Amino acid sequence: MYDPSIIAASIINGLMTGSVYSLVALGLTLIYGVLHIINFAHGSLLMLCMYGVWFLYAQAGIDPYLALPLVAAGAYCLGYGLQRSVIGKTSHGRDEIILLVTLGVSIIIENIALFVFTANERVVQVPYDIDGIDLGITFLVIPQIAAFVASLAITAALWLFIARTDIGKAIRAVAKERQGARLVGVNVEHIFAVSFGIGTACLGAAACLLAPTFPISPQIGYIFVLIAFTVVVLGGMGSFVGALIGGLIIGVTESLGGLFFGESLGKLGISLIFILILLFRPTGLFGQRT
Amino acid sequence: MTDKTKFQLDRRQLVAGTAAVAATTALGMPHIARAADAIKIGLIHPVTGFLQFSGSQCRFGAQLAIDEINKNGGIKSMGGAMLEAVLGDAQSKAEIGAQEVTKMQEAGVAAIVGAYSSGISTATTQEAAKHGIPHVVDVGVSDKIVSRGLTNTFRFGPGFGVIAKQGVKSLIELNKAAGNPVKTVAIVHENSTPFGTGIAKLMTNGLKDAGFEIIETLGHPSPNRDFSNIVLKLKAANADLVIPSNYYNEYVLLARTMQRQRVSPKAIYSVLGGAASQYKFLKEFPEAAQYIMDCNHWFNPKNPKALEVRQATRDGGKFFNYEVFLAYTAMMFVADAMERAGSADRAKITEALASSTWDGHIMPYGPTKIENGQNTGARPLNTQIIGKEIEVIAPAEYATAKAAFPRPA
Repeated sequence: MYDPSIIAASIINGLMTGSVYSLVALGLTLIYGVLHIINFAHGSLLMLCMYGVWFLYAQAGIDPYLALPLVAAGAYCLGYGLQRSVIGKTSHGRDEIILLVTLGVSIIIENIALFVFTANERVVQVPYDIDGIDLGITFLVIPQIAAFVASLAITAALWLFIARTDIGKAIRAVAKERQGARLVGVNVEHIFAVSFGIGTACLGAAACLLAPTFPISPQIGYIFVLIAFTVVVLGGMGSFVGALIGGLIIGVTESLGGLFFGESLGKLGISLIFILILLFRPTGLFGQRT
Repeated sequence: MTDKTKFQLDRRQLVAGTAAVAATTALGMPHIARAADAIKIGLIHPVTGFLQFSGSQCRFGAQLAIDEINKNGGIKSMGGAMLEAVLGDAQSKAEIGAQEVTKMQEAGVAAIVGAYSSGISTATTQEAAKHGIPHVVDVGVSDKIVSRGLTNTFRFGPGFGVIAKQGVKSLIELNKAAGNPVKTVAIVHENSTPFGTGIAKLMTNGLKDAGFEIIETLGHPSPNRDFSNIVLKLKAANADLVIPSNYYNEYVLLARTMQRQRVSPKAIYSVLGGAASQYKFLKEFPEAAQYIMDCNHWFNPKNPKALEVRQATRDGGKFFNYEVFLAYTAMMFVADAMERAGSADRAKITEALASSTWDGHIMPYGPTKIENGQNTGARPLNTQIIGKEIEVIAPAEYATAKAAFPRPA
């Protein structure tokens, strides 16, 4: 049995990692909630955003945290354009086609990345990489703290945006009743693209927070997107609070699993939660029955 | 009507063109014959797929050797015959590597140099044996490669068994020389391939016999993106020495996480450490890399030619990692054999390789002596990252610096 301080340290580490899982899942859950599609290109788009962060850092010397607004804005435009000009146009309103189109988009993005950037890992090393706070039981470095705080702040901001603004209302309207929203004058196609754009912008933000810790390669997206799918299922499809809480739960589960059962076996915890949730609460913790 | 005219004109042109081509071919014949005189060498490496970085490094090293040979007048005993590389991509898969050998056979190569990983090299050497093509393995450390009785298969560098034995021996000697500061050891190893687990087992047995106490053995999969828990356990164990045994990416991440969590044992020591003697690691994370020791493939740092090759590699925009100098040397080994054989005949090259006593290389191996395809003089060196350089710390005859052991606080 481990010393309580190690367990506490492991939980703290799990919460830090989990917060970024939440942010990645947030984009996924928003896109699902509004467009009712599982976006298979989510991981590839995250990877693309991370290369964007690396590019700004390596070529222009821009700090990844300062690059956040820029990358998020770029990601928004990319997501908006992708939905408006590719996914929306090719889907003909059929969900199964959208699914395949996003899968195709992901394959294209990954292979382009492999061609342009090769499989070599790229690193973004900030000068304050190892600075931070000593909690006694563990040492929290600035990239961890920044990721945690920024993830919570972005989740809160997005929740406020959806709850309070006109576009937020329109997004909720489209999510609930597509035809009804169209009848009262909402430009549904525009709202689809805005939602996809915001979901991708979340990835842009997550990319900035992940880059100082995780080396970037064309496969990096997979790691996070598989976990993000679990988070969305756990939290409930389309639920923001669910994504946040789900991310934190998965982060802690992964961390404690690794501590008690070793790095290889510990990963089983996530899959176990996935199966249990599907068996006993298919709508997720905060999901609504449809 | 117009079409018909056009066709007729085309046909006339075709006849004229054919005649012209035939004439040019006839005139150009001697030139083509000369080009055919170039000796083809097959270079098979995993230049795409997950081993892409190392495979490309290997290809670069072998091509560097070919360029150098050609620049210096080719194979002199064959009237200055030039070498021509026939490139193959194993795509990081053993079966594709074997298919590439078939292509090499069709291209009529005199010899093959390759194929970086043990798995791919095992397959390519076997396939090359079917066609009687001499095959020099550049890196692949698995001792199975040279223990299958394949007469076409040669390895110039050391194998796993020799390196591991030397790794344990050097560590014991280093510790003794420093007044035995290390008593407890923690091993972190990857467990997705036989490599990490194999090294961990060998180190555990060797060090236990020498009186060290192994207080923690921690496994992890490859790839692994988070070392927080492993480092927490290392912190709790507080061992004098940490032995990481994993591939490049995980090695770097572990070293960085240890640095972030302020875990600084008296020493970090590896055998064939993924990043422990890699210039890329030193360049990207100089602080996390400081004082890390390794027992690995290394060139003879006191050989001026080796330093020239290192400079040429850097000028070519590559890191002078083990892949480069091992592939470079493997290619030079083949060229030396061809020089002595005086022929591009595969059987004669194989014979010359088997009886080689070549000593003009850049490695710390001494004169070559081949037994069952393996160069028996091949050995690893002990390195340590000190400041901005990777220094050789043992054995004494090759050392460029004194070991910083235990590492300064």
